[in-house]
Amino acid sequence: MADEESLITDEMRATIGVRSEPTICEVDKLQIRLFARSVGHVDPIFYDEAEAKKAGYRSLPCPPGYLGTPVYDPRYSDPTFGGRRGGARAPEPRRPLKRILNGGTEIEYFDSICAGDVLESTSYVSEIVERKGSIGDMLITTSKNEYKRKSDGKVVAVMTGTGIRY
Amino acid sequence: MTVTWDSISEGQAITELKKNCSTQQLVQWAAGSGDFYQIHYDKDFAVGTGLSNIIVHGALKNAFLGQLVHDWMGPNGRIKKYGCSYRGMDYPNQDITCKGIVRRKYEEGGEKLVDLEIWSENPEGNKTTPGTATVAFSK
Repeated sequence: MADEESLITDEMRATIGVRSEPTICEVDKLQIRLFARSVGHVDPIFYDEAEAKKAGYRSLPCPPGYLGTPVYDPRYSDPTFGGRRGGARAPEPRRPLKRILNGGTEIEYFDSICAGDVLESTSYVSEIVERKGSIGDMLITTSKNEYKRKSDGKVVAVMTGTGIRY
Repeated sequence: MTVTWDSISEGQAITELKKNCSTQQLVQWAAGSGDFYQIHYDKDFAVGTGLSNIIVHGALKNAFLGQLVHDWMGPNGRIKKYGCSYRGMDYPNQDITCKGIVRRKYEEGGEKLVDLEIWSENPEGNKTTPGTATVAFSK
């Protein structure tokens, strides 16, 4: 039955592991304070540089979940989400899927990230899985976003995101 | 009291963190995170997409869980890894209670590590963002 064919096309499989163009994410004090304030953090290390240094950081550290802000430029950036707009569209699955959900996020840290750091973020799809559930066809795409610090070339964090289409 | 490696035991609950987002906080988060998607602060827009109300950003709940771990571990801990799944929506002006339990305490590669199960609960007690974290302790 044609319907039982895999949702995942060869074209989709070919995208696995292909890295995006890098995006520059700057980490600065203003944005760290704004992020920390919006979460409701109360630890002064996110606001007061002297406290951050006393705690062993080079400057204000990134609060958990914050990995810098993509540099905004109206020529290239998406006005709603701030990241690079357009770019190559991911190939469509064999049967159309209408809905999309953000399934989850995980960040692994390899060093502390502080104000003044400039990160180069590169993303790629690491896995595409399909499932047949009570809601019908489901496509689960895992993507990785690697954050490399420009000053020393060190990968300081990897974010794994899960997208669900159904 | 500052948490140290020796003071931690498996099965122990960590200090809860209670949140309740005003729409003001959601606007602050939009600016803090750079995510200006209107379903998080414009009710007419949210309803127009089929939602019943404005919804709290998933990434904000993830950041709440980050604060939960940060505030619990104190200056002796560093987060090595943490994350969550987005299982359910949360709405403004409702309690979001962040909780966690120490699942494993171990040493690996010369590091003193703790694995936590973390989650946020809605007012009905459902876990809308279950997750895990690994923390390294210096002492």
